[in-house]
Amino acid sequence: MSAIPADDAAVPESRRARGSLWRMLSEFLENRLAAVGLGVVVLFVLFCYLGPLIYHTDQTHIELSEATLAPSLAHPLGTNEVGYDQLGRLMVGGQSSLEVGIAAALLATAFGTLWGAIAGYAGGFVDAAMMRVVDALLAVPALFLLLFLSSIARPNVGLLILVIALISWLGPARLVRGQALTLRTRDYVRSVRLMGGGPIRAVLRHIAPNAIGTVVVNATFQVADAILTVAALSFLGLGIPPPAANWGDMLSNGINYTYDGYWWLIYPPGLAIVLVVVAFNLIGDALRDSFDVRLRGR
Amino acid sequence: MQPVVELVDLHTEIALRHGVARPVGGVSLSVGKGETLGIVGESGCGKTMTALSIMRLLPPGGHITGGSILFGDTDLATLDEAGMRAIRGNRVGMIFQDPMTSLNPCMTIGDQVAETVLLHREATRTQARKRAEEVLDLVGLPDVKRRLDSYPHQLSGGMRQRVVIAMALACEPELLIADEPTTALDVTIQKQILRLIDDLRAQLGMAVILVTHDLGVIAGHSDRVAVMYAGKVVETSSTQELFDNPRHPYTEALFRALPENVDPDRELYSIPGLPPDLSNPPSGCRFAARCGYATDGCRAEEPSLTGDGHPFACFHPLGPAEQATANPRTEPAPAENGSALLDVRSLVRDFRVSSNGVLRRASGTVSAVADVSFTVRAGETFGLVGESGCGKSTVGRLLVAEDTPTSGSVSFDGTEISTKSNRALRELRRDFQLMFQDPYASLDPRMRVRSILREPLAIQRRGSAPEQERAVAALLDEVGLPRAALEKYPHEFSGGQRQRIGLARALALRPRLIVADEPVSALDVSVQAQILNLMRALQREHDLTYVFISHDLSVIRYIATTIGVMYLGKLVEVGPAEQVYSAPAHPYTKGLIDAIPLADPLREHRKESAGVRGELPSALTPPSGCRFRTRCPLATDICAEQVPPMRRFSEQGQRAACHHPLKAPVPERMAG
Repeated sequence: MSAIPADDAAVPESRRARGSLWRMLSEFLENRLAAVGLGVVVLFVLFCYLGPLIYHTDQTHIELSEATLAPSLAHPLGTNEVGYDQLGRLMVGGQSSLEVGIAAALLATAFGTLWGAIAGYAGGFVDAAMMRVVDALLAVPALFLLLFLSSIARPNVGLLILVIALISWLGPARLVRGQALTLRTRDYVRSVRLMGGGPIRAVLRHIAPNAIGTVVVNATFQVADAILTVAALSFLGLGIPPPAANWGDMLSNGINYTYDGYWWLIYPPGLAIVLVVVAFNLIGDALRDSFDVRLRGR
Repeated sequence: MQPVVELVDLHTEIALRHGVARPVGGVSLSVGKGETLGIVGESGCGKTMTALSIMRLLPPGGHITGGSILFGDTDLATLDEAGMRAIRGNRVGMIFQDPMTSLNPCMTIGDQVAETVLLHREATRTQARKRAEEVLDLVGLPDVKRRLDSYPHQLSGGMRQRVVIAMALACEPELLIADEPTTALDVTIQKQILRLIDDLRAQLGMAVILVTHDLGVIAGHSDRVAVMYAGKVVETSSTQELFDNPRHPYTEALFRALPENVDPDRELYSIPGLPPDLSNPPSGCRFAARCGYATDGCRAEEPSLTGDGHPFACFHPLGPAEQATANPRTEPAPAENGSALLDVRSLVRDFRVSSNGVLRRASGTVSAVADVSFTVRAGETFGLVGESGCGKSTVGRLLVAEDTPTSGSVSFDGTEISTKSNRALRELRRDFQLMFQDPYASLDPRMRVRSILREPLAIQRRGSAPEQERAVAALLDEVGLPRAALEKYPHEFSGGQRQRIGLARALALRPRLIVADEPVSALDVSVQAQILNLMRALQREHDLTYVFISHDLSVIRYIATTIGVMYLGKLVEVGPAEQVYSAPAHPYTKGLIDAIPLADPLREHRKESAGVRGELPSALTPPSGCRFRTRCPLATDICAEQVPPMRRFSEQGQRAACHHPLKAPVPERMAG
């Protein structure tokens, strides 16, 4: 039994690491729809964060004399019911929508994954207790919880992120727990224990990473959901108070003017929400594929 | 004689995401009425694809690109789909490998067999059901009337495979294709099923194509053999002729890799490398890269299948004189009289089965391991063998303290480990490691080989990071993998290579004991030989002690110095390997040995014993007294009343628990 000569043992560590990341990225971009999705998200981020630096508008002072103007050269997307420039508002509103959406989804997914992985790996009583907590929270209507919380505290971006994460970690927790139940009987998870490793290693190194395929897709839906939740809250008047803006706010205000023919108050924020939501879903699909090492390089 | 089916230069392609695989590249075969043709070869050689091509049931992207399949007057290669449907299940029946997945769990077995009849015959429901009853009776399903309304999960694996055969036979096909029909079954059941197929072939005058990787199955149950390699038939002849006088080096290599033909002191012959990738096969002879006789001519030009009666495709065929070159001798087996490293005393493990209700009342106890005692000495290989469900894997888990016994003890080098807490075991674990069966499930798919091999070192905090790196590289050398493997993921390796990685991980902590749970049962013979040789070499090098768990007695005989035979939770016989294998004391051991199909047609046909009849009883309600009595040919009343004690049968320590042993016991020494 002679060893096959080592042929490329001298490849430097950094190059190898980059090689893998590059492979993952190229696999991701090979998927056309994902590239489109990523492009849309990047465009929106540039639009929302760099846009205001080029296109200066006043989003703090009400100018009733300029209310509900139709699109023109001065206001490419017109103005809203209190005279804010609609294009500028779309940029500022996008900032908070994207921030809340992405941050809430990340928080919910991370916490939910950990919760589900621990419950599934531990099994037995711990699993039952942890999952009953999830069931109990699921039984409370999300809207009721949101109304209650926003009535006792004045909403700001940070609080909104926390609240939305609080109601949306339950989905990933259930998903991951289901995965963990099957993963913990896999030989490679069994082997951790036999090497003397503890449950923390099993959960963090083996169960959570192997459950990520399902979670990542869910996370992109969470981004979309969070943006819509902010919109729903704002519609009920419980979003971030004016003069701050978000797309949901803008849409719900615009809907009041449906019969006045002020289409520029409805279509731009509506379209922005739809585009971002769809773009994140496309990314999620492709991420699942590129996360699956087994599909790589085939 | 007019053949039932004749394949002429058949070509099949499967379109992949990148490129095209050609699993069948010009296969010509024929099978006559009442004849069995065996197709044999390693996995990935196109055996199954040839069988599926005849049924036109190729996987997505697959289609026949050339040649013809003459079935009577019709050419199945060009027949339309409607015509094909009239033939499948009607004039050609097929048995698949896994009886678990080839039956619909939502339908009663009676309905499933009747379905075939309803599809192809103008029959009423009552008639179809009657026919189902007939066929199920034909395949030897006991108590058919009652079982007609059973669901698949209520039957055992062997019973299920009988039902699958019944479905294939319901319309009395002219041709039966059996694709690895017994690979998922135990040897004792395998023997019963193969015998059934033989009998039915004779009774119904069918032609049978038997696809298998097992030369033993071919030897006993086929009239002619076609050896396939990389999508081509490389040699074909009558079974006796092929086994007496193999001409192709590949055929010869397959024989030499079998552990049963080899003296346990000698190294197994293994075929280097892997079968070629069929989407990009090499030019010239496809076996050239792995062949010891290959010359430049072989790599340049492809040999064609020539010769009358016994055609083969090779430029340098083996003559009778060139065969049977002895395998190289290995160094003498390590000392067998070492001190006891592992001592197992009265081990019992019961599993409580609870009914699925709110209160979860315990409704029974599965007695998985019942009073098992044995000793493993340092440096030896203890082989634990038995049918599936006999509790050998549970014993394996208890030995490495993955599970806690209900009672009894396991002591490792004098330290009791079965009762220790996980925390206390942490340090001890580096001395005993487990090697898993399935090389696909035992490695984390998201980790690179580097991380997989470093994990045990990191957990046990062995050495600094650079030291660990060096240790990992050394491990790869030891198991014969290139350093480039470090950066790869498990899915990039073949089954044999993955098992090498599994072995390297088990070795990482430099343990003294490795419990290997069926480490080679998922591998081809040639790869199995590589792993067995490697395990032996490492044993010598590191003074390892193995507990080798397997269902395959011929592998156990080859690798083990001591054999323990388990039946339904009991250790029925234990002793030195050669003694247990050549002169068993327990009827079950003898039955198990007789059930192994030998790769020698003469010896295989001469065997009289039917192996072991019946099936393993449920461990929920094990038989009283001797647990084997329900299947034992020698059982008498005493067997039902008294549990047989372990008695000695030789001075070397052969012991068995039987009231009617096959040889006389020796008197018990005092204070033995």
